Amino acid sequence: MDVSLFAVAFNGVSLASILLLAAVGLSVTFGLMGIINMAHGEFIMIGAYTAYVVQGLLLKSIGDVYYFVALIASFFVAAAFGLVLEQLVIKRLYGRETDSLLATWGVSLVMQQLARSIFGAPNVNVVAPSFLNGGITLLGATISFKRLFIIALVGVTLFFVWALFYRTRYGRRMRACIQNREMAQCLGIRSDRIDSTTFALGSGLAGIAGCALTLLGSIGPSLGQNYIVDTFMVVVLGGVGKIIGAVAGAFIIGLSSTGLEFLTTASIAKAAVLFLVILFLQKKPQGLFVIRSRSLD
Amino acid sequence: MGFMNWVKHWKTLVGVSVVSAALLVSGCGGSGSAVGGSSSGGAAKSDTVKVGLLHSLSGTMAISETSVRDAEKLAIDEINAAGGVMGKKIEIVEEDGASDPQIFAEKAKKLLSSDKVATIFGCWTSASRKAVLPVVEQQNGLLWYPTQYEGMEASKNIMYMGSAPNQQIVPAVEFFLKQGKKKIFLVGSDYVFPQTANRIIKAQLAAQGGECVGEEYTPMGYTDYATIISKIKAAKPDAIINTLNGDSNVAFFKQLKDAGISAADMPVMSFSIAEEEIKGIGAQNVAGHYVSWNYYQTTKTPANEKFVAAYKKAYGADRVTDDPIEAAYDAVYLWKAAVEKAKSFDVAEVTKAAKGLTFDAPEGQVKIDGDNQHLFKTVRIGIVKDDGLIYEVEATEPVKPDPYLKTYDWAKGLGE
Repeated sequence: MDVSLFAVAFNGVSLASILLLAAVGLSVTFGLMGIINMAHGEFIMIGAYTAYVVQGLLLKSIGDVYYFVALIASFFVAAAFGLVLEQLVIKRLYGRETDSLLATWGVSLVMQQLARSIFGAPNVNVVAPSFLNGGITLLGATISFKRLFIIALVGVTLFFVWALFYRTRYGRRMRACIQNREMAQCLGIRSDRIDSTTFALGSGLAGIAGCALTLLGSIGPSLGQNYIVDTFMVVVLGGVGKIIGAVAGAFIIGLSSTGLEFLTTASIAKAAVLFLVILFLQKKPQGLFVIRSRSLD
Repeated sequence: MGFMNWVKHWKTLVGVSVVSAALLVSGCGGSGSAVGGSSSGGAAKSDTVKVGLLHSLSGTMAISETSVRDAEKLAIDEINAAGGVMGKKIEIVEEDGASDPQIFAEKAKKLLSSDKVATIFGCWTSASRKAVLPVVEQQNGLLWYPTQYEGMEASKNIMYMGSAPNQQIVPAVEFFLKQGKKKIFLVGSDYVFPQTANRIIKAQLAAQGGECVGEEYTPMGYTDYATIISKIKAAKPDAIINTLNGDSNVAFFKQLKDAGISAADMPVMSFSIAEEEIKGIGAQNVAGHYVSWNYYQTTKTPANEKFVAAYKKAYGADRVTDDPIEAAYDAVYLWKAAVEKAKSFDVAEVTKAAKGLTFDAPEGQVKIDGDNQHLFKTVRIGIVKDDGLIYEVEATEPVKPDPYLKTYDWAKGLGE
């Protein structure tokens, strides 16, 4: 087989960017709140369906530009759903990890069924904007514009998240809550507001991921289920709560999945990656990057 | 005047005697079936006959199976409107298999032992069929199964309405070979149907001068096909045969098109994509590729025109008909014909009478094979067009079902 190494590397980076886009929101919520949000995949689904709805409303009138409107709309729609979920359910479950896991799993089932009732069970189709069709051939690899676009989108998204966390008052407060919640509260930070905003942000990021994934994958009620395991793996491997952790986790998993799949088969690669992650977590249960916490636990 | 009165009187007499004769005949029919039908207990009223519909109305399979259930209901309504089966109206007992083989088995047991239905129309996945099989065999029930499947089975208590492998897979491979497309790449989901289908395809390719240049399986719900597409490009096949299932098809076709592989360079033949699935993949992503089934919504027969119109009238103009939907519709009519030929609802009598029975189905004439209770079916290779419908490219004569591929020399040993 003469698959060029460059092609394998590009596929790996592309997969890593997709995983990262799906995982960055989860990394934020998991890190800050210790909530195991099983409904994260459904926020990805909400983003994808938002793209579908926006396409239906705007494709005829403004053409390909609709896609940028859809990206922004997916963020806000998913964020709004996230806010509602936080207020109704998550808020009451802080500090109860197992309960939050079960409750959000239930929420994910409800949301899937809702999507099924509203849009019907069959997959729907989002037409990719025409300027993203096709690609260029470089060093024996086809670089598709859609995959390039997703890599760029991840870059931009990460930059905004980084700026928000490290260059704004909100970011500083949020980091204070991660490091030591009680002390932050003593200093007058409304940690409950920080929680709501952060959960909405994480959900919104999942929405963007959903909108981007319509370019490459299916849009149906069970869309989120296809990504949830991989996203958790990225977050757990990278270490929760740090953007750099999610980036490292996504790249390690993306490149090793693609490399192993190239050498063996898709099923074996999937199993092998899972096995390697388990082995790694035996050595370093907290993942690659650990947040130094000042809380006394 | 006296004479005219007498004539009137005579007419009334004749009328009365005709009516009473009719009553007598229908009464005999009723008691006849009660004797013949082991399943018509006290629960069955004499003017109706119960049948069971057993499909997943909830869970992941609900999407496919509710359309099939709709087709069965349509056929039953039509039959009832035309006077029923042997003068009896069909009464539906509906159960939800909930996409769970275990529940399918329990509900089948309930339909047979407590509802005492005359027959069951149901199932979709092979897993659910295999769960119901021991139940219908033990309780001597009869299941009409509507979907195409991997073969290697022939129960005397199941009527197989979908195609056996030699009525879908074998002609599709021959189609490629005839076009000079000899180097074939196989892509499938990692479970029983694709693996069995690909074993058959590889044996056939080896025997008929083709070559399998690659074979890849992905887990269910897999979403990234970049690596497999790179492998396909490196292997340079003439064509691809695709047995992926569900959502993976969407990712595969979108990414294949993205990678610059068009239907003209490297056509894909799919076995699990029908009109319903094309909507979700996007017609523009799959146009020009091939599928292999026995029936399309566009199939040109007088029966199909009527069927498509009736289905859309009953369930909405945006609904499409496809292969399993049509097979389920045929099943009800074939059962009716078998019952009327047997003059009994008894399972043994009905299956005996069913042998060789024909029906002018929307897909053309089908015939129940006496040897294995599958159908003789026309195989149609279809091409997907931009409007999302499938159009016939090539059709065979009706093919005899051969679930164990006994008539193919190259298939020796595949059944084990």
